[in-house]
Amino acid sequence: MTDTSLLPDQTADAIAPRRRGARLTAMLHRRESLRGYLFMSPTLAIMAVGIVAPFILLLTMSTWTRQGFDFDTTPTFANYLRVWSEPIFGALMQRSFWISGVATVATVLVCYPMAYFVAFHVHKHKMLWLILMTLPFWTSYLLRVFAWKVILGYEGVINSGFLALGWIEEPLKVLLYSQTAVIITLAHAWAAFAILPLYVSLEKIDRSLLEAATDLGDGPVRRFFRITLPLSMPGVIAASFLIFIPTTGDYITPALLGGPNGQMIGNFIQLQFGPVNNWPMGATLSIVLMLWIAAIGLAFLYLTRVARKRLA
Amino acid sequence: MSDRGTYIERPNRPLQVYAAIFLIVLYVPILFIPLFSFNDSIYVSFPLTGFTTKWYSELWSREPLWNALWNSVKVGAVVSVICTILGVIAARAITRYRMPGKSALVTFLMMPLVIPGIIFGVALLVLLSRAGVPLSLYTVGLGHLIVCLPFAVATLLPRFEGFDPSMEEASADLGENGWFTFWRVTFPMVFPGVVASLLLTFTISFDEFIMAFFLTGTDPTLPMYIWGQLRFPQQFPSVLAMSSLILFASFVLVFIAQWIGRMGLEKK
Amino acid sequence: MSNSDAFISIRNVQKFFGTFRAIESVSMDIGQGEFFSLLGASGCGKTTLLRMLAGFEDTSAGEIYIDGQPMSDVPPHQRPVNMVFQSYAIFPHLNVRDNIAYGLRKRKLTRAQRYELVDEMLDLIKLPGYGTRKANELSGGQRQRIALARALILRPKVLLLDEPLGALDKQLREQMQLELRALQRKVGITFVFVTHDQEEALTLSDRIAVMAGGKVLQVDTPQGLYEAPVSRTVASFIGNMNFFEGRVRRNGAATGAVEAEGLGTIPIPVDRLTRPDGAPVQVALRPEKFALTATRPDGDVPAVPARLNTAAYLGERSHYYVAIDGRTAPVAVSSPNVSRVNGPAQAGSDLWLSWSPDAVVILDPD
Repeated sequence: MTDTSLLPDQTADAIAPRRRGARLTAMLHRRESLRGYLFMSPTLAIMAVGIVAPFILLLTMSTWTRQGFDFDTTPTFANYLRVWSEPIFGALMQRSFWISGVATVATVLVCYPMAYFVAFHVHKHKMLWLILMTLPFWTSYLLRVFAWKVILGYEGVINSGFLALGWIEEPLKVLLYSQTAVIITLAHAWAAFAILPLYVSLEKIDRSLLEAATDLGDGPVRRFFRITLPLSMPGVIAASFLIFIPTTGDYITPALLGGPNGQMIGNFIQLQFGPVNNWPMGATLSIVLMLWIAAIGLAFLYLTRVARKRLA
Repeated sequence: MSDRGTYIERPNRPLQVYAAIFLIVLYVPILFIPLFSFNDSIYVSFPLTGFTTKWYSELWSREPLWNALWNSVKVGAVVSVICTILGVIAARAITRYRMPGKSALVTFLMMPLVIPGIIFGVALLVLLSRAGVPLSLYTVGLGHLIVCLPFAVATLLPRFEGFDPSMEEASADLGENGWFTFWRVTFPMVFPGVVASLLLTFTISFDEFIMAFFLTGTDPTLPMYIWGQLRFPQQFPSVLAMSSLILFASFVLVFIAQWIGRMGLEKK
Repeated sequence: MSNSDAFISIRNVQKFFGTFRAIESVSMDIGQGEFFSLLGASGCGKTTLLRMLAGFEDTSAGEIYIDGQPMSDVPPHQRPVNMVFQSYAIFPHLNVRDNIAYGLRKRKLTRAQRYELVDEMLDLIKLPGYGTRKANELSGGQRQRIALARALILRPKVLLLDEPLGALDKQLREQMQLELRALQRKVGITFVFVTHDQEEALTLSDRIAVMAGGKVLQVDTPQGLYEAPVSRTVASFIGNMNFFEGRVRRNGAATGAVEAEGLGTIPIPVDRLTRPDGAPVQVALRPEKFALTATRPDGDVPAVPARLNTAAYLGERSHYYVAIDGRTAPVAVSSPNVSRVNGPAQAGSDLWLSWSPDAVVILDPD
């Protein structure tokens, strides 16, 4: 039995008629989801101003056309038809996907053994290893790309180094301003990002499953292909997604290292908003890129679902 | 005979070698920047001709460089503080409240992590120009908010996830009101995440290029200034010196951020 | 080196983790077709020893022979042993059939032959028709059986089981104990079974090795361990035990006795007394070896007066704590409730405590 006289404040509060302001507080207190959204609202407001509104306008502008230095705001699909009919746009898109696709595959292939090493063979200072591997990713992207310009340049590290060593007679021209240069740089720049999902998926694998496979007669190689690799597929898919999507629209790397044959869709979009000054066309290309990204994103999502379902 | 590690996890020499090569390849390209920044030659090529610090001392007299640096610091500081405050509130709401459509909301929040920056850049540019807002450091800051918010939330979420709500309930039970509970119980628990988020978002904003590329007005940020200098090969040594300093500062900041951010999160 | 009779022979095996000594020179032999248990509290080294048999941990010193072959240089995937893991380790990306058939890949079998073998195993573990089920659709007991089938299908020389019943609830565990024992008889494979549950070890095993602190304390049959433990640790680990401080009394060469606190002098055959006259010993008696009666029992039965402290009714039996003169700690007594009217249940009543001398265990003092 509670002696209510000992709790004067609480009882008084409960009995007193609710004031106007207290009503809202009470409602917020009861409606959990409402409180949640209230807390989220400043963040959501920024996202609305910074992402949703711009996209609506971008979508609108993509239906406009350029007229001299101004826009003809009559809605039309002319830009989309141009993108569809003129082969240069398709070729550009294809090249963008090709370059970032190769970079993605290369990055995942190179990072997988490293992630495997840290997940299975590093026992002390795991955290230090993880930080060491991901550290470069957080530093200036521009400067990391610039570093590759220094390395691959006509008089860069490789050419001048090899010349000084007498390995080559004259500077190699294929290094800079090529698709290869873009692919190498993208793979290097995004490697630190690919490591994490790979590491997480490998770390999650129950060690007793690997022991069971060994116990049932599998040597290390067979065990890897029958157990480790299938179980780490969600990480491989996630890593591929996290590299492929952002690199498709990359601007800096092809701009600094791509040369005429290494330009990607991002450079073309920038051209429309810059020198060419055809903003509606730029908007259209951005929307088309977004649609592609959405489609690819859904494909990855589906793949992840399938992989998860098989492993659940 | 080794006396450590089970059969599965016993040392694997080829993998160890691979890991060493991986780290070397990861870091060496970046290390060429400081290497050549001390080279006494206008040309960035081998063989090295001699040691000098003149490219660094030359930086002192560059007025525009210092302006750009100051611009970047201003934007970075404001962006990191706003991002972290919003991140704390959002992360707490995400972990504490049952909300319909929460996972869709989180996905939306994380989108800028994946979607190419150029798309956000041009979209914001279109909005701002149609709205008649002149490009300035404020517009750059808005762009950076979008880029940095997911990182702040991603850094803070695990902190709040590992946080036992019964501790807040215990504090409330002991008679503390909501704000007091937040300050005395919640905030100290997530403090490492807050520090990590501040450092990380500052570094990202400080180093960000593509948003600034589209949204900068007359005041350039440091990466924009460097971009401008890259057109002139004779400026390369100075850019290298500048870059070395930026990289050094970024590495230190991010290392501290990561160290603090992961502290206590590792299961052992 | 190896004992020719033994199927598994463990010779002076040691294991260090850094400077920590997990196994201190263990030697033992396990016969073919035996159900052999390693029993001990967690951290006693039993799992480490099992994993050394499987090859997942190497031996820091010593050698393990299986069927006469030294195992040091045989990697785990080539050893003639298979294991049932504590977590069962069912592959989540494979269905039941592929899980069970996992180890058959190396044998040159057609798909039909493989499936036939799997179906036989599924019948054996009483899960017919489960082949196409997914791993995540299985209950704990089913996973346990599949782990068993997956190992047994390879007809190993030795099956290693690492606390396979630990994750199951009590009822299912008891049922699985019976099935496991029956299965082992049926297939005739040597089982090495790790458990911390003494009752489980007693129920299942032909022989048990009791381990503590990386050492093997005693290897014996369940009955041997229970009735004739060699040390106080073993005696208190398996079942309950009353310990009395005592002293050896030898009257010449023919007759001997021990003097136990509160129990007086208990005659003991000389061949069971290893220590000299006057040496201190521990006299141990299990609670159920005592009897409580209202009057002094007739005949030659040794008995002392006792006062009942507490009584607990447990259904099939009752537990009592009685106080006797000359001993501060109460004596635990357990007696079956053979009739509906239970005898001396009233706390505080004066009774007689009697015991049979041949149930007395004489141990060295710790």
